[in-house]
Amino acid sequence: MGSLKEVEAAASEGFFATRVDALVNWGRKNSLWPMPLGLSCCGIELMAMIGPKFDISRFGAEAARFSPRQCDLMIVAGTLTWKMAEACRTIYDQMPDPKWVIAMGVCSSSGGMYDSYAVVQGVDSILPVDVYVPGCPPRPDAVIDAMLKLQKRIERESPTKRLFSGPEDVDDRGTGKRTYAPNDAVPGAIQHTGPSRAGDAQ
Amino acid sequence: MTDSNIGFDLGRILGILGDVPVQAALAPDATPTFVVGREHLSKVFELLRYEAGFETATFVTGVDHHPATPRFEVCWQFLSLAFNERVRLSTRIEADDAVVPTSTHLWPGNAFSERECYDMFGIRFEGHEDLRRLLMPEEYGHHPLRKDFPHHGIEPDRLYREWDARRRAEPADAN
Amino acid sequence: MTTTRTFEYGSAPDVQDDPLHGETMELNMGPQHPATHGVLRLVVELDGEVMKSVDPVVGYLHRGKEKTCESLGWAKFFPHTDRLDYVQPLMNNVAYAMALEKLAGLELPERAEVIRVLLMEVSRIAAHLIYLGTTAIDLGAISMFFASFKEREKIYSILDAYTGHRMNNTYVRIGGVYSDVEGNVERMLREFLEQFPAQIDEYETMLTGNRIWYDRNRNVGIIGTDEALAWSLSGPNLRASGCEWDLRKTQPYCGYDEYDFEVPVGTVGDCYDRYLVRIEEMRQSTHIALQALDRLQETRGQDVLIEDRRYVLPPKGKVHTSMEELIYQFKIVTDLRLPAGQTYSGIESSKGELGFFVVSDGTSSPVRCHIRAPGLMNVQAIPLLAQGRLLSDMVALIGSLDFVMGEVDR
Repeated sequence: MGSLKEVEAAASEGFFATRVDALVNWGRKNSLWPMPLGLSCCGIELMAMIGPKFDISRFGAEAARFSPRQCDLMIVAGTLTWKMAEACRTIYDQMPDPKWVIAMGVCSSSGGMYDSYAVVQGVDSILPVDVYVPGCPPRPDAVIDAMLKLQKRIERESPTKRLFSGPEDVDDRGTGKRTYAPNDAVPGAIQHTGPSRAGDAQ
Repeated sequence: MTDSNIGFDLGRILGILGDVPVQAALAPDATPTFVVGREHLSKVFELLRYEAGFETATFVTGVDHHPATPRFEVCWQFLSLAFNERVRLSTRIEADDAVVPTSTHLWPGNAFSERECYDMFGIRFEGHEDLRRLLMPEEYGHHPLRKDFPHHGIEPDRLYREWDARRRAEPADAN
Repeated sequence: MTTTRTFEYGSAPDVQDDPLHGETMELNMGPQHPATHGVLRLVVELDGEVMKSVDPVVGYLHRGKEKTCESLGWAKFFPHTDRLDYVQPLMNNVAYAMALEKLAGLELPERAEVIRVLLMEVSRIAAHLIYLGTTAIDLGAISMFFASFKEREKIYSILDAYTGHRMNNTYVRIGGVYSDVEGNVERMLREFLEQFPAQIDEYETMLTGNRIWYDRNRNVGIIGTDEALAWSLSGPNLRASGCEWDLRKTQPYCGYDEYDFEVPVGTVGDCYDRYLVRIEEMRQSTHIALQALDRLQETRGQDVLIEDRRYVLPPKGKVHTSMEELIYQFKIVTDLRLPAGQTYSGIESSKGELGFFVVSDGTSSPVRCHIRAPGLMNVQAIPLLAQGRLLSDMVALIGSLDFVMGEVDR
């Protein structure tokens, strides 16, 4: 594997690689096709964002395909319940790489105003989230701002590095990264367990 | 506030109910309310549906009066378009014998409400053709609206974690 | 060797000849689906394209609202009511406030009721616009979605100027509305309402006489009055079957008996009639809202919130300076009590009869707050109407029954 490592080093840091990176990132960020997981009220603001006044097609994102296989940006818009969590995770897994997640609204960011027995306290319990948008519901402008921030983040990625790395080096495939520390400050608080990382004994 | 629910006629319904022992009252919303024993419920349903002209049911729900006994109160509310009246019916049952007769043979629209009552309280409706949980998953195992069920729930993520574990245990496919 | 067989529609081959006959397929229109209007799961048993049975699975948006009310208390539950039928938040607020006011025995000033009627009718227009937009886009009339959202954006701007937020406004309190309508909002409302009937005409031009719309909706999902009543349907779904029942006329609230409006009633009870009823309701809502605007001018100067310090927060300026108001503020926020008793209050929402059944024992901790959601009954009717129809009719049915999962699941 020695020679491959040299190639890898050259390819990922050289001038050519960074130009290819820039081109690929430019293409990806300007054609983020959303997978609108419109669960509740934020879904209506999501529809307003796709609608005529806020119009995310200006950013190349109007192709809101409802099939996850054809999307790269999952917008979790609304309250996620534990009953729906399995479906949500399945949809996320069905999306091909590269994929990003925007948690729209406070319900998907942190459970929102619902601290009850049925609501997931933040979609990052089950998926990795890239941008959190607070609001109940956030104005469509706020979600567009989130998309712009995500675009800036995509500009900084290095797709060519991924070409030469094996699957075991990619540690964000299909796992959420957040783990909740035990909440000792609040007596009787439910101890949320984080999602398991790849390789955890479950 | 305009007095909309004007003068619901307690006497008319009492007359139709005849010799069924009820406790009648007029609630703050001017709706006649009747408390009956569980054994008379089926008969009262039929009287209300066919004699008293209550063509449609508004809701069926339960109330948990824990720690008072009898613990559960099951409430039905009906609406008569012909007479422009509402009526509310309720009964009290114990927790260890939480069974009441169904009304879905008279008002099929009560099917979901009775399922929800079973899901949330554990109250069984005898004669309901398809009594299973409505809002919580089938394997949930708790009845959330009972007063002794904590607001934050008991292991809310249990079923998801079990599914997640099964999913990871399976060999990776072209998912 | 090839054999050719010709079929006529309706003439199935003999069972012995066709090896596929009789097998049904279970199709899962899962919780995530563009046409299910939220997280509804339909397990459809299909015989070819014909639906033999449908099992709706709800609960994917069950957030535990009724339990939350018991934990939070009466006044703090208002934001949760917005998020029930989230396309018409103010209507849910009013329904909940009315239940509490009935229990407490409160009378509202006229201006408060006029503003409530105004907000409710504008919400009804907004909700019917969602119905139009989403049902039309599901059936292929994509431009209808953009047209209805264009109008909804105008309503959002008005509500943003008045309440501070586009949706989920939570502007209603026990005893009235949070604050008065300023002149700018009245002007914006009048401009919107005066141009809106022309927009409805545009929608009718696009859809009502449209051959495709007609064929997809006519005679699909027919339900008669008796059956609709037995299945607890209400609102436009019931009125389309020919039953003239509108709570604003038969059991008026908020001063609705003083407004002049008509109630549209259908004849056949199919999806097309439900569409026509909702279009006409939008026109009538515009008419009611314009009358409410006129009455706003007549009632200028009146309070919009009663001053009953058992339930209504005192003005903030006085709270910071006067001891009495400070104590009232403290008591209302921490320990709001309603008299003991049970009340039900039902209003005519855009989906049907929306009601709150509240049970109080006189303490600050609610015993029960049951939400009677019309959407639950509408979802319940899906198997009834879908029986024996083609799968593509399911989309028309779901759209025309018009439910919102926030209130179905609560």
